[in-house]
Amino acid sequence: MKNKYSIISLIKNSFSYHENWQKAWSDPEPKKVYDVIIVGGGGHGLATAYYLAKKHNIKNIAVIEKGWIGGGNTGRNTTIIRSNYLWDASAGLYDHALKIWEKLSQELNYNVMFSQRGVMNLAHNLQDVRDLKRRTHANRLNGIDAVYLNPEQVKKFCPIINTSSDIRYPVLGGTLQRRAGTARHDAVAWGYARGADEMGVDIIQNCEVKGIKRNGDSVEGVETTKGFIKTKKIGVVAAGHSSVIANMAGLKLPLESKPLQALVSEPVKPIIDTVVMSNAVHAYVSQSDKGELVIGAGTDDYVSYSQKGSHDIVEGTLNAILELYPIFSRMRMLRQWGGIVDICPDASPIVSKTPIKGLYFNCGWGTGGFKATPGSGDLFAHTIANDEPHKLNAAFNLNRFVSGDLVDEHGAAAVAH
Amino acid sequence: MFLIHCPYCGEREQSEFKAGGEAHIVRPKQPTELSDDQWAEYLFMRKNIKGVQFERWVHTHGCRKWFNMVRDTSNDEIKAIYKMGEKPPTK
Repeated sequence: MKNKYSIISLIKNSFSYHENWQKAWSDPEPKKVYDVIIVGGGGHGLATAYYLAKKHNIKNIAVIEKGWIGGGNTGRNTTIIRSNYLWDASAGLYDHALKIWEKLSQELNYNVMFSQRGVMNLAHNLQDVRDLKRRTHANRLNGIDAVYLNPEQVKKFCPIINTSSDIRYPVLGGTLQRRAGTARHDAVAWGYARGADEMGVDIIQNCEVKGIKRNGDSVEGVETTKGFIKTKKIGVVAAGHSSVIANMAGLKLPLESKPLQALVSEPVKPIIDTVVMSNAVHAYVSQSDKGELVIGAGTDDYVSYSQKGSHDIVEGTLNAILELYPIFSRMRMLRQWGGIVDICPDASPIVSKTPIKGLYFNCGWGTGGFKATPGSGDLFAHTIANDEPHKLNAAFNLNRFVSGDLVDEHGAAAVAH
Repeated sequence: MFLIHCPYCGEREQSEFKAGGEAHIVRPKQPTELSDDQWAEYLFMRKNIKGVQFERWVHTHGCRKWFNMVRDTSNDEIKAIYKMGEKPPTK
């Protein structure tokens, strides 16, 4: 049983100089057999294990992670959470996640620092204006809060934006989702890990999957750097490395893995209290609780697993940032990094069964998976436990690339893809 | 960022080029006879290799010609470049 985190436990532990806190999760060696093995210990994988144990009463679960938990894209994203997607299927999926976010800290007894500071998307040309207005209407029909803002309202909501009409990409309007915002990315992984560990899930770090053993059309287990582990169900949540795992099972996925870059500045006093995204100029910015500007750039167009990206991508993003926010012109950037994102041709995720029995994939989240973490875990757990998708992720099946029933969010989701 | 040796123009910065995805995906000879599965395989399924991969690139801000590249996607090292229509290197 985990000790509850509270103000009382905080005071109590201060007497022992915070040296006697209980371990948040254990570090077990793998058992020989599990009912379900989750490949990938990021937010999505840990959330999947958590909901499998909590809602579907499966306790004999292992999460296998080749590095340390939350050390991949969970710790590399810009932590933006929103659900203002155009299509009904996407709106259902992402708003399901947003509703879980709203209660997640209480549920996990772990502060994920979810902050509903709003996300504003900017329009820079006539087509943007039309697209954003259309999306606002679509969102409201789906019960998702959305308002359209004219340039004066944009300026009022975020005064540091340059709304003059003579800049390269003038601000012609924007949309605002007030329920959207940010959360602390590491805390999401750690909170789910702690919750899953409490219910008996084995979180096995520094253990890389080397092969997937098949018996005809079903899976038998995984070969890992810590030996063979037997199981009948494997849920793969390996983000940029999904194709690598799929190839081990003799499966091909419609994914391309590409570097997506982000950067943070030196910390400064509070200057921007919301998240502003700009699709046309490939730039988005928010401010972390430490005071750093968190800036997201675009993807490179070539396949790479190098966790680096091209300099010109960052340069293009910063050019746009400086034009929109002249006040940042003398800021210095502290760090820049890349994460490898797995992108589907329709820019929507795959949360699905596969033609191989007992093999499930949760991938293709591309440039925007963090926001979906709790919903993705919940729906993937449902899919694994019942061998059938939940109605909210039914549209995100692997077979849509055969049937042609794509969920085409490219350019429609108001995000820099 | 890396440098690419365009077979027509010589060494240039990667930002002058566009990547065109996996190479040597053969266009179906009889499109009307393809099943949905075969269409999906041709249109969407990709090897997405971590390691040595065959790719198409185009020198967008240069000669605008297409060519093939063999590249290690785990560290972005370019192994070979050859023109369209040429046989891929075996080593």
